Amino acid sequence: MPERPKFGDFDWWLMGIVGAICTLGLLQIYSATHNGNLAGMQWKQLIWIGVGITGMLVFMRLDYHAMLEQAPLLYIIGIAALLAVLAMGHTRFGSRRWVVIGGVFLQVSEVMKLIIIIVLARFFSEVRTEELTLQDLVKAGILVAIPALLILVEPDLGTALALLPVAGVGIYLAGMRRKHTLTVVALLLVLSPVAWHLRTHLKPYQQQRIETFLHPEESPRGSGYQILQSEIAVGSGGLWGKGFGKGSQNQLGFVPVRYSDFILAALAEEFGFAGVLVALLLYLGLVWRLVESAQKAKDRAGMFLVMGVAAILGFHVLVNAAMVIGYMPVTGIPLPLMSYGGSSTAFVFLALGLVMNVRMTRFVN
Amino acid sequence: MCRNGALFVDLRVTRWFGNEEQLPKGRLAVFSYAAAALTILLLAGFWKLQVLETGHFTDLAERNRIRTVPIMAPRGRMLDREGRVLVDNYPSFSILLLREDSHLLENTLPQVAAGLDLPVDDLREQITAAAAEPKFQPIVIKPEATQADIAFVESHRADLPVLELLMVHRRRYPSGGFLSHAIGYVSEVNQQQLAESNGRYRPGDITGRSGLEREYNDVLMGADGSRRVMVDSMGKVASTLEDTEAVPGQSIQLTIDYDLQAIAESDLGDKQGAIVALDPQTGEVLAMASHPAPDPNDFAVRISSAQWKSLTDDPEHPLLNRAIQAQLAPGSVFKIIVATAMLESGTPAEDFTVSCPGYADFYGRTFHCWQKGGHGSVDLHKAIVQSCDVFFYNVGKRLGIDRIYQYATELGLGRRTGIDLPGEQPGFIPSPAWKERVYHQQWYPGETISVSVGQGAVVTTPLQMAYSIGGIAMGGTFVQPHLLKDFPSVHTQRVPLREETIQRVTDGMFGVVNEGGTAATSRLPNIELCGKTGSAQVIGYDTRDRLGKAAEFKENAWFVGYAPRRNPEIAVAVIIQGGGHGGTVAPVAADIVKAYYEKKQHRQQNQTAVNFLSRTEPATMVATMEPR
Repeated sequence: MPERPKFGDFDWWLMGIVGAICTLGLLQIYSATHNGNLAGMQWKQLIWIGVGITGMLVFMRLDYHAMLEQAPLLYIIGIAALLAVLAMGHTRFGSRRWVVIGGVFLQVSEVMKLIIIIVLARFFSEVRTEELTLQDLVKAGILVAIPALLILVEPDLGTALALLPVAGVGIYLAGMRRKHTLTVVALLLVLSPVAWHLRTHLKPYQQQRIETFLHPEESPRGSGYQILQSEIAVGSGGLWGKGFGKGSQNQLGFVPVRYSDFILAALAEEFGFAGVLVALLLYLGLVWRLVESAQKAKDRAGMFLVMGVAAILGFHVLVNAAMVIGYMPVTGIPLPLMSYGGSSTAFVFLALGLVMNVRMTRFVN
Repeated sequence: MCRNGALFVDLRVTRWFGNEEQLPKGRLAVFSYAAAALTILLLAGFWKLQVLETGHFTDLAERNRIRTVPIMAPRGRMLDREGRVLVDNYPSFSILLLREDSHLLENTLPQVAAGLDLPVDDLREQITAAAAEPKFQPIVIKPEATQADIAFVESHRADLPVLELLMVHRRRYPSGGFLSHAIGYVSEVNQQQLAESNGRYRPGDITGRSGLEREYNDVLMGADGSRRVMVDSMGKVASTLEDTEAVPGQSIQLTIDYDLQAIAESDLGDKQGAIVALDPQTGEVLAMASHPAPDPNDFAVRISSAQWKSLTDDPEHPLLNRAIQAQLAPGSVFKIIVATAMLESGTPAEDFTVSCPGYADFYGRTFHCWQKGGHGSVDLHKAIVQSCDVFFYNVGKRLGIDRIYQYATELGLGRRTGIDLPGEQPGFIPSPAWKERVYHQQWYPGETISVSVGQGAVVTTPLQMAYSIGGIAMGGTFVQPHLLKDFPSVHTQRVPLREETIQRVTDGMFGVVNEGGTAATSRLPNIELCGKTGSAQVIGYDTRDRLGKAAEFKENAWFVGYAPRRNPEIAVAVIIQGGGHGGTVAPVAADIVKAYYEKKQHRQQNQTAVNFLSRTEPATMVATMEPR
């Protein structure tokens, strides 16, 4: 067993970036909710951040090898929990995603993200060949597909999709055979036009069915309305924004869930392109810092852990920001650390705890 | 080495061996570069929206949050000469359909239709009809919303943001068509008016379409205000940005006397005809009735095209204001004009006398007198009192058509009186020049014989007859009739008539009522009611007899009366179509004149009482003034 990491090895750069993102989030949650019956929401979020940091400190002190060791058990527990949610979970906004533990609504799928990072890190670290075999690829695929499908039928398309980049990045890093790479690229080239065709040529009622599946919580105005209102908020913000608490789209409630999934639209309206630039650079900095930690990891398993976290966070930021400007459909993916949400905030901090853990372990021995 | 099966079976592994070999650093760096590239792509997307297209989105954001709600200006009221309300407003709600979001509109239409109890096809039709108009212009889908409709709109503000309520003021007209032709009615401005108004009217504005509503539209209309409000995504008003107050229209006071009008309306009843009462000294119109009369309340909200068609196609022409638009032969009333022409021109001399055997032959044709037995020896006075046709045939023959034309025109016929109502008709006095111009025919001397008893091509409106006869009794002073109490610059036309002429003509008309003349039954005690009856043929006697349809072509009954004998205060023209002999409608005029005098007497008594009381006990004055 390695020695306990020292406090001085703590990644202050990373925490600085995280702190800045959380602060932006708290400000925007306050701006979006202070006028209505949701006033005070920023304090709830602050509590969740506190809970998350506590969890992170705990995770830092555990040996990540011990977690990797228990990966199969964690995986089975995760799958069982997802099944339990489907059987008797709590339904909110038309989707069955929550379990209630001591009065707190917890999204099991957020826990599953963490588990899948650990499971895949262990799986890929045990590969001893230079490149993955077809067998490895299928196994990795199945490991991800089971929880992803369970989450998809909740339904929660966004979180289900968020599991995929963990596998994708893992496969890329573990090394792929040229033949497999070419096959995947060819498949993508063939499937994209098919998907595009389906998207544009479906009959209205078919589109409607898919819409209802993807957005069970929709208002009669449709998701097109949400995207449009989000684009209006972003576009009308201009270069410098309308000022904190002064965005009409945000303050008058035109931006949908402006304290959560569309928080970036509200920020873009009130702080303009300048605000968006700062926010996205903070996220880029976060990812770079994670990659740097991965490069310095003591072993392959640690590296896969950190890169899994980087992949999932990067995916969230990319999909969320693209949705806000209408480049991607609304799938219910929050912006990490900025969007209001207990489970997702806690997940990010726990994931960062893993990263710290890997980072500090490299100094010991 | 616990890859494969062992991984999932043996959960109690205590030692686990990972691959300790470092992966190539390059693979990790690629991830960093990819993240940077994607960030740049995202920023480009934001740049496009926030910098390149910000103007467009700023517009959209403004349109989202700002809504302009019109504040409708109430239209001015109409009061009678004593300040009694004739036309008023009442508040009402219209339901507007906002059409900016066509997707949302299509989705919510069935719910809107069900909630407001409107056929969904009708709604679609209305939307299609308004397709050419700007999208931001809402359409009125339900004027006159019920309480339930209002509740429906209020309670569905969040999920049916396409609905909006608009407070409007609607016209309340007197019921049963009371004074309806003179008052007119209002309607939504039409395309033509919009085009002609140079932006003064906006779609949906309510403007006067006929009568006084149209004549004084600019005074009555006022200016709508507007309220710019900030609304939230639920359509609820968050705050008011600025108010432009509505300027209410001004009320107008009419010269109409409600009491006299009521008598006129009830005397006309369900008969076709018209009554005009005016003050010849001031030109003030005291009463104006025309029947049949539509009730404008029936189409004050919105008239269906079927309803409108039934009104315009009605053979009784209910939309025609007979008082100013019916052009009918005046019959024997015209004899007053001929008599005046005779006395003024001395052709024939004033002591001219004829012997009436009941008919006379001119130019090889026989002309009848209404009195088949004849009037015996007839001078001017007797001819007016008994309305002898033979006497006036002879006078007309001697006067000639040119003189008749000249005097009739001078005395107010054949031209508009200039009353402040749209659509007044001028009537018509024939002349040889006209016949030559229009028919390219020569004037036949026999036509002059017909014209001299108010037949032939002569037509007049009831208003013209009251104006003309009143003006002659005034000694040749013709005052422009008007309905607005404060009518600016009343035009007065003076025709120099000899005192002798006025004396003899008015004496004749006095005799008609008071010396056993054709209107002897309408004699009033203590009131010098004078007048002239007329029974105008709708078709010639010969034609009527040939067809044998006497009842169908009953004569139009005229009476034009006034009081007192000289410088009258009131002149009344009555015509009842198919009413028969003029003497039968004279009591209608007598009723109105009698009521006029009773009111006048009452006023004078009150005035005396007030004068008396104000000297002694002002406190009881109010009680005394209460109408009995």
